[in-house]
Amino acid sequence: MSLSLDDVKRVANLARIEVSEHEAHTALAQLSGIFSLIQQMQAVDTSTIKPMSHAQDVMQRLRPDIVTEIDQRDLFQSVAPQVEAGLYLVPKVIE
Amino acid sequence: MQWEIVIGLEVHAQLSTQSKIFSGASTAFGAAPNAEACGVDLALPGVLPVLNRGAVDRAIKLGLAVGGKINSPSIFARKNYFYPDLPKGYQISQYELPVVEGGSVRIQVRQDGEEREKTIRLVRAHLEEDAGKSLHEDFHGMTGIDLNRAGTPLLEIVSEPDMRSSAEAVVYAKTLHSLVRWIGICDGNMQEGSFRCDANVSVRHQGADRLGTRCEIKNLNSFRFLEKAIDYEARRQIEILEDGGTIQQQTRLYDPDKDETRAMRSKEDAQDYRYFPDPDLLPLEISESWIAEVESGLPELPQQMRARFERDYGLSAYDASALTADRDISEYYEAVVEKLPSDPKLCANWVMGDISGYLNDEGKFFDNCPLSPTQLAQLLTRIKDGTISGKIAKEVSRQMWTKVRDQSATWKRRNSELEENLADQIIEAQGLKQISDSGALEKLVGEVIAANSKSVEEYKAGKEKAFNALVGQVMKAAKGKANPAQVNEILKRTLAE
Repeated sequence: MSLSLDDVKRVANLARIEVSEHEAHTALAQLSGIFSLIQQMQAVDTSTIKPMSHAQDVMQRLRPDIVTEIDQRDLFQSVAPQVEAGLYLVPKVIE
Repeated sequence: MQWEIVIGLEVHAQLSTQSKIFSGASTAFGAAPNAEACGVDLALPGVLPVLNRGAVDRAIKLGLAVGGKINSPSIFARKNYFYPDLPKGYQISQYELPVVEGGSVRIQVRQDGEEREKTIRLVRAHLEEDAGKSLHEDFHGMTGIDLNRAGTPLLEIVSEPDMRSSAEAVVYAKTLHSLVRWIGICDGNMQEGSFRCDANVSVRHQGADRLGTRCEIKNLNSFRFLEKAIDYEARRQIEILEDGGTIQQQTRLYDPDKDETRAMRSKEDAQDYRYFPDPDLLPLEISESWIAEVESGLPELPQQMRARFERDYGLSAYDASALTADRDISEYYEAVVEKLPSDPKLCANWVMGDISGYLNDEGKFFDNCPLSPTQLAQLLTRIKDGTISGKIAKEVSRQMWTKVRDQSATWKRRNSELEENLADQIIEAQGLKQISDSGALEKLVGEVIAANSKSVEEYKAGKEKAFNALVGQVMKAAKGKANPAQVNEILKRTLAE
């Protein structure tokens, strides 16, 4: 699979990363290198290998369904840029 | 050309846990803004999610109830998008290996006046966290964010596109709504957003095997809106196609005030969520013993109970379905039948009819019914043994209801206020017993015949209606307390003399 400059720009946009034309070219070269590595690995027959979803071979630890947190709103909001009536204020978003 | 509407539903059921899915913050509804948003919910740097066992328990319950496959391991994934009510920049959801795969829900649909069962297949049910809430009222041109809801556990239940009308979609949604409450995983409160539907709607020519392009209508939080939104959307698509246009795949919102759907501002790549397994969460292992433990705690399911009611009590599919609409009515009904096992149909009629009506008037449900099954069963027993007629029984039941309506006790939380022989007390105190003494009835009949010679003539001339008029007169003279069958018999005999 070959990656285009447009792909790089699109992914950057989705991830909200600002890239200059020059950076996009560098990223394209680096990402293409990674993709060719993946291509090499895909040549290996893995049909008998269980897919790995985590690097550590351990299972998720669970917690009991108990409320353990207390209201620390004032503390959390002391570092927020703008709050009002208990709400965090952000630049207007319209759906 | 006949059009066929094809509908699949995605239902978000908020799971009834005490704490959030990945944090120990409370999920209680109605707290002050952000009072229930802890460091994990706010996505403060360095925090890590820890999965709530109670949320997984509930997902397994649903999986077992719909006969789906429980995956182990099950994997959590990041769904990436940017919105201020999602502080991490991604929602933890599931993509590959959801907790539940497959399964089905059977629904009762009416077609050509006949009740019929239809199976709606499920694709999957997966766990995910809810986002916060954006308030767009004026905060000096800014948006207010309340993250209390962020991290609330949701189970997204996705159906196959197996429904063919808005009515079917509503029946499916209602069946699922009743099921999640029945197995106790979701309170089903739609006003508070505990049960919300997204509908995928497309249309195609009848008989076509390929699906048409679909539109997704988001966040339908009432059954009525679900039905209206689907109807509007299907009409809109058919009009476009009949004008030679094509349907664009998009996400739409339903506006109940205008009764129409409109496209959400949708960026070309809004759907590109770039899912990948969340490295903060290890694979979830669900052991056989865990599944067995959950299974042993499952109640009899509505479908099984419905079949049992039809089989053991001889009820119609309609009655059995109504009496298993929720656990409270079924429990109440069975408690009545236990006291009067000889006539489950009579019990069904009264529970679905008069008692449901009384409760409705008070805005109450069967779990809080102040009239006990024993009290009702005694009243019905008095109909059965001929002490009172069905008509008088209605009058007695009204008086019983007036008596118990305002008491604090309910049939489940009893106290000394509950008088189990209330029916007998009322019948006795007001002399409502049927006149079964045939001598007294014969006297009444004699009086009525003497006073209604015209009707008697007409009856003798062959007019059946005249007979009914005479029965009516006798019943009236007896103040409704005569046994109609007995009156018929005596009247016929006397007139034949």
